[in-house]
Amino acid sequence: MTGHCARWSPLVVALSLVVLCAFGIALGSAVGSTGFESWVNARHDDVAWQIVWEIRLPRTLGACAAGALLGLAGALAQGLFRNPLADPYLLGSASGASLGVAVALALFGGNPFATELLVRLGLTGAAFVGAVLAVLLTLTLARGVQHTLRLLLAGVIVGVVLGAMASLITLMRPDVLQGMQGFLLGSTSFMGWTSCVLMFGVLLVCLVFAFGLSRVLDALTLGEATALSLGLPLAPVRVALVCVLALATGTAVAQTGLVAFVGLAAPHLVRSLVATKHNWMVLLSALMGGALLLAADLLARLSIAPQEMPVGVLTAVLGGGYLLWLMYRTQATGAKP
Amino acid sequence: MRNPLRAVRLVCVGALWLIVSVTHAVVLQDDRHIDVTLSKVPQRIVSLLPSLTETVCELGQCQKLVGVDRYSNWPESIAKLPRMGGGIDPSIESIVALKPDLVLMATSARGAERLQALGLTVLALEPRSHADVQRVMRLVAQALDVPVQDSDRVWRHIDAAVNAAAQSIPAQAKGQRVYFEVSRAPYGAGESSFIGETLQRLGARNILPASLGPFPKINPEFVVRAQPDIIMVGDSNFADMTTRPGWQNMQAMRAQRVCTFKPNESDVLVRAGPRMAEAARLMAKCLTDKASQPKRLER
Repeated sequence: MTGHCARWSPLVVALSLVVLCAFGIALGSAVGSTGFESWVNARHDDVAWQIVWEIRLPRTLGACAAGALLGLAGALAQGLFRNPLADPYLLGSASGASLGVAVALALFGGNPFATELLVRLGLTGAAFVGAVLAVLLTLTLARGVQHTLRLLLAGVIVGVVLGAMASLITLMRPDVLQGMQGFLLGSTSFMGWTSCVLMFGVLLVCLVFAFGLSRVLDALTLGEATALSLGLPLAPVRVALVCVLALATGTAVAQTGLVAFVGLAAPHLVRSLVATKHNWMVLLSALMGGALLLAADLLARLSIAPQEMPVGVLTAVLGGGYLLWLMYRTQATGAKP
Repeated sequence: MRNPLRAVRLVCVGALWLIVSVTHAVVLQDDRHIDVTLSKVPQRIVSLLPSLTETVCELGQCQKLVGVDRYSNWPESIAKLPRMGGGIDPSIESIVALKPDLVLMATSARGAERLQALGLTVLALEPRSHADVQRVMRLVAQALDVPVQDSDRVWRHIDAAVNAAAQSIPAQAKGQRVYFEVSRAPYGAGESSFIGETLQRLGARNILPASLGPFPKINPEFVVRAQPDIIMVGDSNFADMTTRPGWQNMQAMRAQRVCTFKPNESDVLVRAGPRMAEAARLMAKCLTDKASQPKRLER
C-alpha cells in the first residue's frame, strides 16, 4: 500500500526465515556454557557428544518449535479477534497453566500420596491441563464463541481470577515460590527430544488446521457481517480456531513456561515485511516466532555465559525493542509525503 | 576330592566378596519418594543447595565436590569450584559437562527429571526441620559411603552445641517473645520451622504459632499487634522495616531491641544444615544481649 517501505514476496520472506532458523539451530548446537570445544570434540568425547546431541540440539529445536507455536497462536488470535493487541494468552491459558503448576508444586511439596501420580504427569502435564481447562472455562463463561467481545472479556476475567488463585497458593505455601518463579520467567533449558517431537507434532497439526481455516480469517478482516453474508460457516470455524489456539498455546507454555511477547510480536513483524492473506500469514508468523525465540535463546546463553539469562526476559526486550523501532520508523516516514 | 571342592568354594566366596565390595549397591529413598540406586561410591558430586554442600563438607567429603550452585559459599575451600546456576535455573549443560556420578539438589529445584533423563543420578533432599537435618545427613552419609556412626557423631556435636547455647542464656533472658523475619515480603519464621525449633530450644517464645505453617507470609500489622520483645532480621531487610507504617512506635524498635545480622550470619541462620549450632549461638547471643537492655524506653 505505502510505496515507501518495500514489501517482499511472502516466499522470499519464508525462505529467508527458514535459512535464519537453520543458521540459528546450527549456532545453537555450538554455543553454551562450555563453548565451541564441545562441538569440536563431539566425535571422540562421549560427554561432549551428549552435550551437543542431547542437550543443545533438543533445546535449540525446542525453542524454535515453541516460538513457532506461539507465533502461530498469535496470528490466529489477532485474526480471530480482529484485534492487533490480541496475543495467544488471551483466553486465560497462561494463568491456567500457572495455576496448574502452582497446584502441582503445592501437592508435590507436602502430600506423599499425590506424588506418585504427579511424578508421572509432571509439571509439564499440569501446565497443559491447566491451560486447556482455563480456555474451557473461558468458553463456558462466554457461553460459546459467537460473541467476540464476550469471549475477550471472559478471557481477561479468567486470566485475572486464575492468576490470583495461583498467587494465593504461592502465598499459602512459600516453598513453591521458587518453582513458580522459574515457570513465570520461562526457560528453554529443560527440554529434551520428547518435548521437541511433541511440539513439532502439535505444530504440524495446528499449521494444517490453521491453513485450512485461513480463508475464514481473511473474510473476518472484512467484518463479521460480511463474513456471514459470504456464506461462511462462522460458528464451527470459530470453535475450531479456538481449539487450535488453545492447543498451540498450551503445548508451548507447558514446555517452556511463560515466554512473553513472541506471540504478540511475531505477526506484527510479519505484517511489517509483507502484505498478504492469512494462509501465508499463519505460516510466516510461525516461522517468525520460531526465529524470534531462537534468537532470544541464543542471546540468553551467550550474553552472560557460562551462566544463563531467563529467555522470557530477553524475548520481551528483543521483540518489544524491535516493535518500538518499527513504530517510530513508520511514524517518521509517514510524516513525510 | 576334597581339595578341588574347597578350591571352588574359596573361589566362590572370593568372587562374592569381590562383587559386594566393587558394586556397593545402595538404594536410598529421597525426598521425592523415589528410590535412587547408587551402584558405586560417588567420586564426583555436584551440589545445588548450600545446606547440602555444607553437609557433604561436614562429613569430610568436600574433596569430592566438583561443582556447586551459585549460593553455596561455605566452607571456603569450595570458593574455586565452578558454579552451576541456582535452584531455579540450574545449567544442565555445565552439570553434564562435569560428568558427576551424583547430583544433590533440593526437591523444589528444577531440572531433576531432565538430569535423570540424561543419565545422571539425582538425590533430591529438602531439610526443613532439626529431625530432617539429621535424616538428610544420614542419607548423604549412606550415599557417600561414610559410616552412619560418623554422621550421627556430627549430629550429636551439633545437638550438644545447640544445648550449650541454650544453657549459656541467663534465666532472665528466657521466655522473651521473638519475631524472626526471613524475607521482606514479609515472611517470618514460625514455630514449626527449623529456625523456630532452635528458638524454642533456646527458651524463647515465637510470636508466630505453629498453626501458621513454617514460613508464613504475615500482615505487618500482626507483628505490631503482637509486640515482640525482640526482632531478629538480616541487616539488608532492616532498613525497610523502619519505613513500615506503625513499626517505628513498636516497643522493640524504640528500645532498639532489634538484632540485625550481617549477610554471612544470615546465611548461617537460614540454612538447615550443619551450621545450625552456629546459628543457635548467634541467636543466643542476641537473646542475652537484648535481655540486658530495658524493654521499654522511658521518655
